[in-house]
Amino acid sequence: MKPEESATTGADLLVKALIDEDVEVVFGYPGGAVLPIYDSLFKQNRLRHILVRHEQAAVHAAEGYARSTGKVGVVLVTSGPGATNAVTGLTDALMDSIPIVCLTGQVPTHLIGNDAFQEADTTGITRPCTKHNYLVKAVDALARTVHEAFYVARSGRPGPVVIDLPKDVLMNKYDYVAPPKVVSEHKSYRPQMKPDPKKVAQALEMIIHAKRPVFYAGGGVINSGPKASKLLTQLVHLTGYPITNTLMGLGSFPASDKQFLGMLGMHGTYEANLAMHGCDVMINIGARFDDRITGNIAKFSPGSKKIHVDIDPSSINKNVHVDLAVVGDATLVLEELVKGWKAREAKGQPKVDQKALKAWWAQIEEWRARNCLAYKSDKETIKPQYALERLYHHIKNKDHYITTEVGQHQMWAAQFLKFEQPNRWMTSGGLGTMGYGFPAAMGVQIAHPDALVIDVAGEASILMNIQELSTVAQYRLPVKIFILNNQYMGMVRQWQELLHGSRYSESYMESLPDFVKLAEAFGAKGLRCSEPSKLDDTIKEMIALPHPVVVDVLVDQKENCFPMIPSGAAHNEMLLGPDDKAGKVSEEGMVLV
Amino acid sequence: MSKDTPVVAHTISVLVANEPGILARVVGLFSGRGYNIESLTVAETDAKQSLSRITIVTKGTPMIIEQIKAQLDRLVPVYRVRDLTVEGPHIERELALVKVRSTGEKRVEALRLADVFRAKVIDAKADSFVFEVTGNSDKVQTFVGLMETLGLVDVGRTGIVAMSRGGEPL
Ligand SMILES: Cc1cc2nc3c(=O)[nH]c(=O)nc-3n(C[C@H](O)[C@H](O)[C@H](O)COP(=O)(O)OP(=O)(O)OC[C@H]3O[C@@H](n4cnc5c(N)ncnc54)[C@H](O)[C@@H]3O)c2cc1C
Ligand SMILES: Cc1ncc(C[n+]2csc(CCOP(=O)(O)OP(=O)(O)O)c2C)c(N)n1
Ligand SMILES: [Mg+2]
Repeated sequence: MKPEESATTGADLLVKALIDEDVEVVFGYPGGAVLPIYDSLFKQNRLRHILVRHEQAAVHAAEGYARSTGKVGVVLVTSGPGATNAVTGLTDALMDSIPIVCLTGQVPTHLIGNDAFQEADTTGITRPCTKHNYLVKAVDALARTVHEAFYVARSGRPGPVVIDLPKDVLMNKYDYVAPPKVVSEHKSYRPQMKPDPKKVAQALEMIIHAKRPVFYAGGGVINSGPKASKLLTQLVHLTGYPITNTLMGLGSFPASDKQFLGMLGMHGTYEANLAMHGCDVMINIGARFDDRITGNIAKFSPGSKKIHVDIDPSSINKNVHVDLAVVGDATLVLEELVKGWKAREAKGQPKVDQKALKAWWAQIEEWRARNCLAYKSDKETIKPQYALERLYHHIKNKDHYITTEVGQHQMWAAQFLKFEQPNRWMTSGGLGTMGYGFPAAMGVQIAHPDALVIDVAGEASILMNIQELSTVAQYRLPVKIFILNNQYMGMVRQWQELLHGSRYSESYMESLPDFVKLAEAFGAKGLRCSEPSKLDDTIKEMIALPHPVVVDVLVDQKENCFPMIPSGAAHNEMLLGPDDKAGKVSEEGMVLV
Repeated sequence: MSKDTPVVAHTISVLVANEPGILARVVGLFSGRGYNIESLTVAETDAKQSLSRITIVTKGTPMIIEQIKAQLDRLVPVYRVRDLTVEGPHIERELALVKVRSTGEKRVEALRLADVFRAKVIDAKADSFVFEVTGNSDKVQTFVGLMETLGLVDVGRTGIVAMSRGGEPL
């Protein structure tokens, strides 16, 4: 086709397509191959561009933006090193099912394959770390591809999508193609949203007749949108059953509710893990039986019938064989379950065995009474758990969002901060990417300018994307970095203690920077606290400051994160504290991560 | 899953959009997730709609086979995934080109066996033949095996293509 008079360049088409997809913000970093796009951005004022300081951070920022809004996060990077720097972020988004569209520059089509300057096989490199990717070879396919990419990224099980854009395609001219009215008619990709009513009926039957039930809800409930969390809460209340959340599912059910058992899994609560171990009916909604949850598969909840609600058929029977699979979107499935439950109640049909349920709760309360998150408090040194308890005390009545880095601090944050709503908790679960939390917090702050956004960090992790202090300074993003500084890669040290005879090989953080001065060097505010008695004031000051703040909280260097299910162990072989020595790690467990 | 569940070969047909990178996507899925590929064939089968058909023979426990199918189905350019091994009777065929260099008795014997296997001579020189043989993989394998003592110098095999019996499309 011949370009019309009115035709626009590929770069302009791209920007137009992004606006039509309701994009407001793009996180990016320029370079030769994407200069035409940056020129188009310059000439308009609908799209806001946030200039990060490293492309990995652009993707994490887009993830934070996406997870806290339910929208697709958008990234723009140049060819070659721009694209390869984005790979960690893309993999992170794939593992945690975060919708991202990442635009990568590419050398012009006629140079592809020639080892041209800043050429990388971006579609080849990102194929295994995206939900899908595209190389746009001609400008006439550009707008259509962008619309399709957004559809793929956000529909079904969300994930990252890369669009690789050769420079000549960005400069050639063509007419704009608006997004189709009904995008759901993709020719080959059609995720199943609506569940099979027969399966829902069977699930309801199993749920009603359970004697020792437990709901196990995960990130899929968050992915499905806030309505899913409402429905889940409603269903759990209707049934009176206990519920536990995965790390990714936190916030899908209010943490302060009596029916909530806390997080399950490797660092989950005693009551949640033993309820999973001893239940007779497990109701998994949007969780994927991750190995951090199951521990030793052979010993995982041996006596239960398992229901698995998931939008992705490949999540079903992947790790754990289930008795009933309900494929569909969590919102639609939960809607049917709530409806079905109410209809049966109205008809006075078979009710839950209340006697059995009462006995089950009595058992759970006994487990709960172990108070597994208890820790020895100290007058001299700040315990990391204490720091988080105080943090929570001061933020709980404020509109707040939490992100984390990866390590012990992340697990303590999951245990000690309470999430009452979905989309308030952003953490790198599947990939466990140190360096995720700070850029993610920037993305959250961009989406929620007036909210209190805190990155709970470790001193090792924060150094992985510390350059972003420059970004928060530029855009005056009042992100708070709350460092639980134990001067160790604490999580690594804990494993070395447990598995390698306390030989702390390379896990001590030598030569740490002065975080207060570091913050100041970037134009942020730095605070330090080393005494428990001053912690409250420090936190209050941090919250009151309208700037980006780095808080260096010097915590106990030796504290370990409990409970812990050592690799290869079962839910009922949990370590509850430092005195619970792990003669329990099997040889088989040693090879696991 | 327990390690002693039986490992069975399955023949899987996959209908895909014929677009660049599709084969890399499928092959990358198998290598990335540690699945087996015993045989793989691919070619465009519908030029108008730009569809290709991939036939994969793979091995695994029932749980792995179920995973493989779900993982294939989840690729964006995949239209349909069918497990021919479990979905009713099906036929499998493979084609091989077999080059044999020999003279005298051996040459005569090669030709005689080719006749038994209904292999066609598609190239002949004074001291060589190229045979074309089709059939299921066992037959092809047997024929190639027999040629080994009769001057076999080269083999090319297509891998398996397969189709369900009866009138239903994929
Ligand atoms: C140091 C460290 C320690 C960890 N320890 C723990 C731990 O103790 N406990 C713990 O829970 N985790 C822990 N994790 C996290 C763990 O690795 C996994 O990321 C997490 O358990 C997975 O959560 P999930 O099962 O909810 O699945 P997600 O990764 O959130 O996957 C979501 C699932 O829901 C499905 N889904 C998506 N959208 C929908 C929809 N609309 N409707 C229905 N289904 C949908 C998806 O197909 C997928 O199967 C740890 C991580 C780190 C880094
Ligand atoms: C990019 C990356 N590299 C390595 C690891 C392995 N790892 C997991 S936790 C951890 C230590 C984190 O230390 P810190 O940020 O200080 O947190 P702490 O455990 O001390 O709270 C390391 C190295 C990782 N998760 N991510
Ligand atoms: Mg540390």
